[in-house]
Amino acid sequence: MQNTIAHRIYDFLKQFPPFHLMESSDLLEICSLASVLYLDKDTVLFERDQPHSDRFYIVQQGAIKLTRPSGETTKVVDICDEGDLLGLKVTTRDTYRTTATANEETIIYSLPVKEFSAFTKANKTISNYLIASFASNIKDPYTLAQNGALLNSYEPDRNSSFLGIEKASYTTKVITCALDTPLQEAAQLMKEHRIGCIVITQENIPQGVLTNKELRNAIANNTITNSSLASDVMVHNVVCAPEHITTAEAQLLLLQNAIGHLVITTDGTQATEVIGILSKHDIVVAFGNSPAELLKEIKRAPKTKILRLAWDKATLLLNRYLQQNLPLSHILSLFAPLKNALLQRAMELSLRKMNTKPPVDFVWLSIGSQGREEQLLYTDQDNALIYENVDINKNEEIKAYFLQLANRMNKRLHKIGYDYCPADIMGSNPLYCLSLSEWQAQFSTWIINPTPASMLLSGIFFDYRGVYGSKEIVRELTDHIFSSLSTSSVFFRFMAKDALKNPPPVSFFRNFLVESDGAHKDEFDIKNRAMAPLIAGARVLALYHNMRDVNNTAARFERLTIIDKKNKELFESCAYAFKALLKFRVKQGLQNNNSGRFIILANLTKAERLKLKRCFKPLRDLQEVIRARFQTQNLS
Amino acid sequence: MAFFSKTDKDQYPSFWKEYLNAFNIQKTKTGFFANVLDAKPFNQTRFVIFDCETTGLDYKEDRILSIGAVTTIDNKVSITDSFELFLKQDLYKPETAKIHGILKEGTFTKVTEKEAVTQFIQFIGTDVLVGHHIGFDIAVVNTALKRLHLGVLKNKSLDTEILYKRLVHPVNKTLQDRRYSLDQLAEALKIPLQDRHTSAGDAFITALAFIKIVHRLNSDNSLRVKDLFRR
Repeated sequence: MQNTIAHRIYDFLKQFPPFHLMESSDLLEICSLASVLYLDKDTVLFERDQPHSDRFYIVQQGAIKLTRPSGETTKVVDICDEGDLLGLKVTTRDTYRTTATANEETIIYSLPVKEFSAFTKANKTISNYLIASFASNIKDPYTLAQNGALLNSYEPDRNSSFLGIEKASYTTKVITCALDTPLQEAAQLMKEHRIGCIVITQENIPQGVLTNKELRNAIANNTITNSSLASDVMVHNVVCAPEHITTAEAQLLLLQNAIGHLVITTDGTQATEVIGILSKHDIVVAFGNSPAELLKEIKRAPKTKILRLAWDKATLLLNRYLQQNLPLSHILSLFAPLKNALLQRAMELSLRKMNTKPPVDFVWLSIGSQGREEQLLYTDQDNALIYENVDINKNEEIKAYFLQLANRMNKRLHKIGYDYCPADIMGSNPLYCLSLSEWQAQFSTWIINPTPASMLLSGIFFDYRGVYGSKEIVRELTDHIFSSLSTSSVFFRFMAKDALKNPPPVSFFRNFLVESDGAHKDEFDIKNRAMAPLIAGARVLALYHNMRDVNNTAARFERLTIIDKKNKELFESCAYAFKALLKFRVKQGLQNNNSGRFIILANLTKAERLKLKRCFKPLRDLQEVIRARFQTQNLS
Repeated sequence: MAFFSKTDKDQYPSFWKEYLNAFNIQKTKTGFFANVLDAKPFNQTRFVIFDCETTGLDYKEDRILSIGAVTTIDNKVSITDSFELFLKQDLYKPETAKIHGILKEGTFTKVTEKEAVTQFIQFIGTDVLVGHHIGFDIAVVNTALKRLHLGVLKNKSLDTEILYKRLVHPVNKTLQDRRYSLDQLAEALKIPLQDRHTSAGDAFITALAFIKIVHRLNSDNSLRVKDLFRR
């Protein structure tokens, strides 16, 4: 019988070790015994201490996280990517040593151990490979050789008791140019790769380095002409270091010579070949995670995987900040640029994958909580795309382009850790990937003919923020929205009504109102019951007062204290309450590794419960103000 | 007409008798009034996902070029338990060859229609059939059965397009009236496309789509097989 799918699996497996060592007929035979599993994010494939199954697994698409308990927390041992092999029994123990969970949506192949081991026994090269790879405790010696320093970056929580005696990590992809490269060309290379230092080599032997400093000095001294070469300006004396330099040594060398970069050569002198370049940045990253360095790392990330790691580090940083009890407004203002950089970089990577440049200008919008810059944890992605108005005949073709782009972007964000939006409010949804005039028409419909159903959507879409692309488009949309708003008063009343639909979450006996059914029975929904009314209240008042460019709920309340002096105290306490609630949610989310939306009240201390309850007080007064101002009583 | 059908039945080839008999046995096991779909929990039910490549879109005139099928049990696609056959052709339309790439005299081993149908019927048994726009595929197989003077397929069937639409969030109402081709469905569910327009490849993509959809419908882990048939 023909077997197309077995062939497909065969084509996939033969690219990866150890399968590429197998005879094709053998491999094909194994493939016909395969099965294919689909795992949703966070699905467990196998658990630690479970007996080994008779099958092992290869990741086809997505990633599997291997974890092991370490003390009180769990430690990520490895993240298995495409082509990685897992679950093969190598020791005499009959149980798994790690827990495997899907890090994202994942498709894996499973193969029977028994048949596979029959082949490995017969084939010496395969068994040698397997022994080598497991003995070195590295999953795959091939990747090690290829990626070099990349591998150790899998542990974002590089311990705090850092001594600097490990081998320093540095870039092995060195950007070089020749002695006779024109200076301008060298500068362009530096710009293109966003680096501050280029190595000038001859047959891969370093001849000199050119850094921002040299360029600056040359310009200041006015020694540059059109025909200047890189070698005219470069520093001839290159500070080199050997391959196995430790972080501490590297740092000392940099300080001693008052320089920013070390060139790594085979034997540590200028006479041998270049194998890497180490910058101050590498040292700082090794010593800890500072937001500035993280920002750099995100901006330079060459692929999604690195972005994901950088964002994991950011989450650790967030955790530390919260433990230190830093003010939330401070944390938010630190994380907003990081988040922006992450989205922008993800978009740059998506654009690079497209075959052609965008046909017209466009803008990628973050909406909902991301648009308000209140999102600290991994949650759903809510986004949309607007492109410039185009000729009606061409619209279909251009829309197809942007849909494809949005699809790439959504997939990438998913890979970084943001779930797909369950309501499909994403740029890849044809309903939310529209031209500017279509969007303007959409907003007009929401404003002029508000219905309870459309309020749901406008609640999300009115908090938008341009993340990547043309600011002009965003401005035009905002202009349009505010001019439509000035003509429609009924919209405010609907929106106000929407803001009042959730009363303060305390019962008559001053108990918390908890969910009465569903998966989260008896848990407190902090998002819907406490935060949503504040967010909605801030939104309607902000729109009413023509407040542009302020999306953040706390910032909106703070601005309202200036505009509406009469209720100054109320808005101040609203801003405070909102920040407190957000902090509460983030802390809960980090503790339980989820979105923090549902809180199990029994797990809170008495003090925490009181604090939470105090946050509800301004809510009642805010709703009173809204009710009085927008006359919502007689609205059906 | 009873005695006519009796003589007819005697002339049925054995595979068809077994096929019909299996349904009777299933019915007696579950009891006449019980729903056969309740017989097994969801994670033990075998679903047959299949796709036919045909010479065209007219289910009465066009012929099957190939049948591909894979099975899923508990969200696993099994390659061992899969099915792929290419058929010998009397009727051949060169113009559709550019879609499916199957030539009249290809390199694949081919079987007669009778042989293919026999094997397919034995493969599916009484299990639930799943496909994308499955109505067409079932109609095509039924026509083939008719040419062999047999009855129609008795299996229950599920269409991935209809199942997918149950996932579309009510706020995106306009999307519910849309039609989804297999390509669009795969795109919406973020499934990589490969081997499009080979029957087994399409069946495999459909199987992944089916698993993804079911997974989302089964978010509270209490899905029963019969819930999939609910409108």
